[in-house]
Amino acid sequence: MSVQNQSLGIKTWRRAIILFVAIYLLLPIAAMLDFSTKSLSGKRGLSSWRAIFQQPDLIAAVGVSLELAAIVVALVFFLVVPTVVWVHLKLPKLRRPIELICLLPLAIPGIVLVVGVASIYRWISIHVTESPLMLAAVYSMLVLPYTYRSLSAALNSVDIHTLAEASRTLGASTYRMLFGVVFPTIRSGVMSGAVIAIALVLGEYTISSILNFSTMQVEINLIGQTDGFVAVAISLASLIFVFLLLVVIPTTVNHRNEVLEAEHS
Amino acid sequence: MSTNVRGSSAAVKLIGLEKSFGSVKALDGLTIEIGPGELVALLGPSGCGKTTALRALAGLQNLDHGQIFVDEKDVTFLAPNRRNMGMVFQAYSLFPHMSALANVEYGLTLKAHKTSSDKRSARGKELLDLVGLSTHAKHYPHQLSGGQQQRVALARALAISPQVLLLDEPLSALDAKVRTQLRDEIRRIQLEVGTTTLFVTHDQEEALGIADRVGVMRGGILEQIAVPAELYDRPASAFVAEFVGLTNPIRGNVSAGFIEILGLRVPTLPGSISSGTGIALVRPESLKVEATTEANGKVFSASFLGASCRLTIDLSAGGRVVAQVPSSDAASLGAGASVKVAFRSTPVFVKAEQ
Repeated sequence: MSVQNQSLGIKTWRRAIILFVAIYLLLPIAAMLDFSTKSLSGKRGLSSWRAIFQQPDLIAAVGVSLELAAIVVALVFFLVVPTVVWVHLKLPKLRRPIELICLLPLAIPGIVLVVGVASIYRWISIHVTESPLMLAAVYSMLVLPYTYRSLSAALNSVDIHTLAEASRTLGASTYRMLFGVVFPTIRSGVMSGAVIAIALVLGEYTISSILNFSTMQVEINLIGQTDGFVAVAISLASLIFVFLLLVVIPTTVNHRNEVLEAEHS
Repeated sequence: MSTNVRGSSAAVKLIGLEKSFGSVKALDGLTIEIGPGELVALLGPSGCGKTTALRALAGLQNLDHGQIFVDEKDVTFLAPNRRNMGMVFQAYSLFPHMSALANVEYGLTLKAHKTSSDKRSARGKELLDLVGLSTHAKHYPHQLSGGQQQRVALARALAISPQVLLLDEPLSALDAKVRTQLRDEIRRIQLEVGTTTLFVTHDQEEALGIADRVGVMRGGILEQIAVPAELYDRPASAFVAEFVGLTNPIRGNVSAGFIEILGLRVPTLPGSISSGTGIALVRPESLKVEATTEANGKVFSASFLGASCRLTIDLSAGGRVVAQVPSSDAASLGAGASVKVAFRSTPVFVKAEQ
């Protein structure tokens, strides 16, 4: 009886806490929705939302941000993943130094980072290209701590060494070992690293603003200075957009893998 | 059972293997020959080099010196994926993203053992059947118990019809009951398949229980390799005598191939010291214990082990020995009983007094 009462008490508490957190997170969003559907005249309507699509600069900036996210994710896949895997498998002595280097961007404030890279970017924009896509270089540094962490966690959660050796003794070449065993095993870590990278790139403001590149967040801020209603509508839209992106990507990847596995068996 | 599970069996020769890690010599001139179809166990304390030897045979460990032959072919510098050896690791070696069946089939999907998909899945099922897990084909590693995972790992290693099967302490992560069960099953399967096998373990019961021959290693060298009974009854060194099974150190005078202990002249084994005072390493079951008036000791404690009984006896001449006697003889030998401890006249190993 008392045990039942106790578990009932725990359940009530749990619900209460979840409810509190939900309100805490959803209330501002509801307020944004409320505000963005109002106008100066006080009438309700979707005029602010319609205005989003009448901002060519914004649409272009969203495109730039998406391209940046794609480039950063590609860099993570082709540079960070192989490096971390290789260090784990073959160069265990380098694990500490690499970890330290990867965590550095967390310790350096964004503004300091900008001051550091600004002169390089000035040189690049004069001599190479003015394309905002060059931001991908500094962004890929910025996402390092998060991608490294999630990869490292995935690699540490299994005995990757033994798995690699098992596949070798069964006749796998290095290529088959990496693509048939190691990468599929750490897939969840790679995915969460990519998701965090996307979220970070789409939400980044400081660096792009100071370096004078027009990305999504910079544009939103600019519009906010002229039309508050539209700015809030855009913020909410971008929130929903990023959320959908982050939900859709992992599920489609998982789904595709399930299909592949089903075909295999 | 089906006959087509039978694999190839190759002769293996490890000659003068040497490997150092910094200043530590893991292998110091190790030489072993394993006959076709034989199961050899390497036994030794941790750090004796047994795992290094196995990994060298698998190609996962580079050597400083030495040669490895499989069926007269020098494989010393062959990459692990070209050696055709199946290996079972200590634990957690199954690919977590593949089902049990996919794990078993994995080797057959690779270029080295490429097999058509019908044959592959037939072979996979056959091997899961062999290890008694045909109903678990679709289970993922995390849905299997530790013992089941090791069975799948064994099936996976055997699927590629390896020339040599390598077992790297495959039972050490399992609990006692599963361990004995799986140990016997490994032997059954090995006999059925007939693959030459090297089995590394620190558990002497495992080694003595299933191996054709057991090699005892220490400090990177082979102290002795022999059939289990010989290893136990005729150890070639004090280390082997003390490492395999229990021994009672009993002091006595040595001369002309005999030692005097407990009032008896007992022959010494080759390798023993030849004169002076030595310490005989006497097995508990080599001691005879009788309740009699001419007692030379007193039972300190008795523990019942089922078929036999282990008696700890304080000798009146000083010292304490452990004797193992059939339970039927031990009924009257409780703690405190006065007893006469004698010796079955089997040769003993005698080491020098330190």
